[in-house]
Amino acid sequence: MSWQKKFLQQLEDAEIFVKSTEISPFVELWQIDDKHWQRFAELTAENKFRWAAGWAEQSGVQFYVYACFEKSGNYILLCATVNVSKPELPSQATVYAAANRSERHSHDMFGIEFLNHPDPRCWMRHKAWGKRDYPLRHDFPVQGSPVEITPPDTDYHFIQSHGVGVYEIPVGPVHAGIIEPGHFRFQAVGELILNLEERLGYVHKGTEKIAEGRTPEGLAKLAGRVSGDTCVSHAWAACMAMEQAAGIEIPERAALIRGIFAERERIANHLGDIGAICNDVAFTFAFMQMMRIKELWCRTNYELFGHRSLMDKIIPGGVAVDISEVASKFILTDIKQLRAELADLIPAIDLNSSLEDRIYTAGYLSPETAAYFGTLGFVGRASGQDFDVRRDAPYAPYDSVAVKVAAEDQGDIASRFWIRYKEINASLKLIEQFIEQLAKLPEGDLVTHWQTPKTESYGLGIVDGWRGEIISYVRFGENNTIARFYPRDPSQLNWEALEKAVLNNIVPDFPVCNKSFNCSYSGCDL
Amino acid sequence: MNWLIAILQTALFVALAPLLAGFMKFCKCRLQNRRAPSLLQPYRDLLKLTCKQPVISEDASWLFCVAPYIIFTAMVLAASVVPFIAVDLPTSAEADVIVLVGFFAFARFFLALAGLDIGTAFGGMGSSREMTISSLAEPAMLMAVFTLTMTASTTNLSGAMEYILSEGVVLRPSFVFALFALLLVAVAETGRIPIDNPTTHLELTMIHEAMILEYSGRHLALIEWASQLKFMLYGVLISNIFFPWGIAESFGLSALGYGLLVISGKLILLCIFLAFTETAVAKMRLFRVQEYLGFAYLLGLLGMLSHIILESTR
Repeated sequence: MSWQKKFLQQLEDAEIFVKSTEISPFVELWQIDDKHWQRFAELTAENKFRWAAGWAEQSGVQFYVYACFEKSGNYILLCATVNVSKPELPSQATVYAAANRSERHSHDMFGIEFLNHPDPRCWMRHKAWGKRDYPLRHDFPVQGSPVEITPPDTDYHFIQSHGVGVYEIPVGPVHAGIIEPGHFRFQAVGELILNLEERLGYVHKGTEKIAEGRTPEGLAKLAGRVSGDTCVSHAWAACMAMEQAAGIEIPERAALIRGIFAERERIANHLGDIGAICNDVAFTFAFMQMMRIKELWCRTNYELFGHRSLMDKIIPGGVAVDISEVASKFILTDIKQLRAELADLIPAIDLNSSLEDRIYTAGYLSPETAAYFGTLGFVGRASGQDFDVRRDAPYAPYDSVAVKVAAEDQGDIASRFWIRYKEINASLKLIEQFIEQLAKLPEGDLVTHWQTPKTESYGLGIVDGWRGEIISYVRFGENNTIARFYPRDPSQLNWEALEKAVLNNIVPDFPVCNKSFNCSYSGCDL
Repeated sequence: MNWLIAILQTALFVALAPLLAGFMKFCKCRLQNRRAPSLLQPYRDLLKLTCKQPVISEDASWLFCVAPYIIFTAMVLAASVVPFIAVDLPTSAEADVIVLVGFFAFARFFLALAGLDIGTAFGGMGSSREMTISSLAEPAMLMAVFTLTMTASTTNLSGAMEYILSEGVVLRPSFVFALFALLLVAVAETGRIPIDNPTTHLELTMIHEAMILEYSGRHLALIEWASQLKFMLYGVLISNIFFPWGIAESFGLSALGYGLLVISGKLILLCIFLAFTETAVAKMRLFRVQEYLGFAYLLGLLGMLSHIILESTR
């Protein structure tokens, strides 16, 4: 393709030399010199690459720093090495706003200095460990350095604003409802939001650290717990990365079952979200009905597969449960029932003008801003970011079906609301197709026999979770143990877009804007 | 004797207010296809809160602690003024409808102060919103009330009701306007959907709840009870002003019993009507409230005009 040639030419002109290795049909590893780190990002930005993820890992006396870029379904995994004694690298956040928090995360975890970083405040480090302690370095103990009471996080400098009538509203991290903890700092004039700043990290669980030394099965379990509503997709991404590293292919039957699980997860969450958006504008009727439908859907999961949100059903090499013929039939009747319920309910919601009044034009995220932050999933798709891993970088079983992706550029709450509904319909069709394919397959193995991957082998799992693209990086150490695990939940990028989407909205509209994004705190804090 | 009945009526009013709140919740639950909690649940909640020790912010002043008592007292006094089961009670002769509006304003003033007192962002936000809304709701309410008082040529509630009873069933266009104006105001003032959502957990969207976020224990119980009283006050006011038939005009036991039965029926119907509207609509955008209350004021004004043009005999 022409842009690729142009891009390579530009790299050559800039005297950036890359060592490239193909790691999967859609992903190439490009190793470059650390001094070109920023220049490379400038060139990818010029060529309209999306910044997708960034992380680091320690290997002896060196840090490998990674950044992942994507353009039309082709991924470049950029890698540079820096010395532990002087870990410095020019920042990519100056080019890509999306890299901001990720680089701060790497700084807090490894002590890597990103030079000229636009925002040098800490991100993940609150007060649970010391300023010069870097938890993901090998010399930091797994149990950390716990103190009796973590001191309050008082010296984080929020953006200040001054002027007549400007006031500040701190919200959270403890909220009045049962939701995850996160702090939001509003600057407002009257009810108008001038600025919103998020402060996350309150659900930091040390996921990355406790992944080290685990067995593949253990990692799949851990990945399923990165974010409680994304059990299937995170486990899938982690397993995909591990399978890539071990060089094994999963059985066709297992791939189809994984696809069914992932779509069931997407539907369950979208049903809940549609209801929750209605609840945030006090349209309780729709909320109760959607929760009822979601509940029935989750109960089917429990009856057929033994877990309401299908946790631990995806294991390295395949899946833990089969879908029998009886179960297939049950799923199909269940789908029919769901369609009938939605056919009654959705028109009633659609016709409600008071709901319409709240969700149209509110929380507008422009396609430009969405692109600027590399916004993913339904949030991105509602703002013109027509990208879906299932279609653009397909993996089994999506490579055998046509995935229909709903995309709009309306960008408001209503658009995110209706994209969810469209995705439910598309997912129902996908499940039907997968079940049809499943029926044609002979009964067979659900798991490919695991082969111990070579020491230092690695893989990159990229799947489309219900919130959007999930990128999981796994590197193996000796004896089948995990040396590094980094999951990138789509929320990490969507959170930043939320800060911009609420500008010029009024304070009481924030909760519904927030709900329409529904980013994960846990998936972001790790 | 009359005073005794007046006191008993007020006590009954105060005692029944949580029941009405429970019934309202019951209606809403049924309309949402849910199982409803017991009608007695509000009483249990009040009891639970009363037994709990209140937690008071270090930044709170004495005002924060006395406000619940002031608010509750104001609401009880308001309840004593409104003819509930019987008209022509000595309490309602003492105070007229302007005093009633004054009681509401008095309670609100202290609630807003208490919201500001603790110095949290939510309290201030809630107070500011509450005052914005009430500054628009009060004129609308007064306008509706004046329409009534002009018809009856008195600001005394008992007197007005007796006048309407003596006139028999007459359709007055002005009353239709005033009824709707008062309904809209009642919804706004009692913090119900579409203006405010009493069941929300979202701090940023709250109005009434934001002011009382810091309250706990018996303080919270008093404030909750006071808002249940306010809800019932508006319910009784609307039922008895516009549909006074059935209210006891003498103090015989059977008349009073019949009066209680009739007002219960009226309140049940009103609750069902409100529950339907609350189920069918989402909460309004905060900046829409002015249009809503402006409309209520307009209805009140139209009521007044139609009284002057169509009904006034001179």
